[in-house]
Amino acid sequence: MAHEAVSNTGSGNTELVRVATSESRLARYGLIGLALGFVALFLVLPLAAVFTEAMRNGPGEFLTVLSDPETFAAIRLTLLVAGIAVPLNLVFGIAAAWAIAKFEFRGKAFLTTLIDLPFSVSPVISGLVFVLLFGSHSLAGPFLQSHGIQILFAVPGIVLATVFVTFPFVARELIPLMQEQGTSDEEAALSLGASGWQTFWYVTLPNIKWGLLYGVLLCNARAMGEFGAVSVVSGHIRGLTNTMPLQVEILYNEYNFVAAFAVATLLALLALVTLVLKSLLEMKYSEQIAASRRH
Amino acid sequence: MSARTAPLWQFRQPSVLPGFGLALGVTLTWLVLIILIPLSGLAWRSSALGWATFLELATDQRTINALRISFGTALAAALVNVVFGVILAWVLVRYRFPGKRLVDAMVDLPFALPTAVAGIALTTLYAPNGWIGSLLSPLGIKIAFTPLGIVFALVFVGLPFVVRTVQPIMEEIDKEVEEAAATLGANRFQTIRRVLLPGLAPAVLTGFALAFARGVGEYGSVIFIAGNLPYVSEIAPLLIVIRLEEFNYPAATAIAAVMLMISFAMLLIINMIQAWSRRRYGYGA
Repeated sequence: MAHEAVSNTGSGNTELVRVATSESRLARYGLIGLALGFVALFLVLPLAAVFTEAMRNGPGEFLTVLSDPETFAAIRLTLLVAGIAVPLNLVFGIAAAWAIAKFEFRGKAFLTTLIDLPFSVSPVISGLVFVLLFGSHSLAGPFLQSHGIQILFAVPGIVLATVFVTFPFVARELIPLMQEQGTSDEEAALSLGASGWQTFWYVTLPNIKWGLLYGVLLCNARAMGEFGAVSVVSGHIRGLTNTMPLQVEILYNEYNFVAAFAVATLLALLALVTLVLKSLLEMKYSEQIAASRRH
Repeated sequence: MSARTAPLWQFRQPSVLPGFGLALGVTLTWLVLIILIPLSGLAWRSSALGWATFLELATDQRTINALRISFGTALAAALVNVVFGVILAWVLVRYRFPGKRLVDAMVDLPFALPTAVAGIALTTLYAPNGWIGSLLSPLGIKIAFTPLGIVFALVFVGLPFVVRTVQPIMEEIDKEVEEAAATLGANRFQTIRRVLLPGLAPAVLTGFALAFARGVGEYGSVIFIAGNLPYVSEIAPLLIVIRLEEFNYPAATAIAAVMLMISFAMLLIINMIQAWSRRRYGYGA
């Protein structure tokens, strides 16, 4: 195997060298088998189940479900929410990364910790905080009600919960990347007479674009797939405040399994597209993305 | 610069780059609006309950069982993920086999697949009449609709956290370390146990902490497979949702506050252990 060729020093002592820095053939095959079995059981089978169950009654019924107006409304809402939440967190992520990666200031570590906060909060709690803030029992509740502003059980609430949950994604990718790149490129541009914005557009942005895309990809996958937080604030109004993941839940709880899995198929395809693009980015621009992976 | 005396306290070091004020301003505004105000709302609402009410709500037997189930299953799942995650990372870093690229990409599936989809898929597999469940039920093994089902769902969600934190550190290990161990007479098992694993400890611990924290709060993938029997297989996030649907905001707030406090305390402890073990051993720290 190629593995042994690496350790083969060209002399006749191959076996001795291999034993020293690698495992025996048996142990290697055992570990590979164990790892592959685990991946098959926990990752491949669930994915296969989604597609198989959706096609259980043939492609005809699958397509009928997908052309249902409620499904259509759920798809539109999911795209709308992601379409608002991702750009907002993109702008925030770039701003946060610019401040944190390019400057030295007090409280930087604390700020970074705060940005990561949503990762350690349960999605249900992420929804709950907005219910407490805007619900009819809250301080803001009566004011919102008297002015006819609907936040909970409406699109603004879903957007807020999604923004909360996907808050750290872009910043997290960009901060280590921009820290590693340092500030010398920008300093050169400035000393040659570029303005601040020009420096950002023509120097910084091209340097970080693939890492940025990577962060947006992950942010978008989470925004479209978020369930817990959105479920708490949405109110589950069919055709109005149901995103695709919520639609999956409703159909499943009605024992309408084929329909539930048909909608789930779309989300699974989204996940697969995300993974493919992610792998492509990692392969082609590994040196850019590796920076964020090491931290 | 040297001509001037440096001020005693300085908020930031001087820099020729522009835009610090704007960038920090946007960051802080967004952070305060989206994260800090909502979270402090939760803190304010739970402190407004008063200590006696809070304690009563938090020590309700159903709440305690739900918390115990959430933290217990998350712990079990994180431990499973540490074992298999490290093996998987090792296999991906050290060995060559057909389809390795694909396996590597698949590891991120739980990050990309919406949790509700994972939930119904795992339930389909492990329900008593499901693909795998039907093979196990003649043996008397039930996975779905038991706490074991919750562990299975959490293993799915947590796996990439361990693999992705351990993998890059494993790639950095110098072969010389292992060669040195071997020359000094260690067999392969000793080298792995005494030389490689201690160095990986901080990364493994980080992966464990991330998987654990994610598992404690996980909702979407769990509720389908758990069976959601109160006192037995009802997780804390679900109990929050149930209390909200009953318009019992104080109870929902109290459970959320307890969950956050325990999670933060555990993360703090893990951070301290990590700092210690990074000083003691540690690659790439």
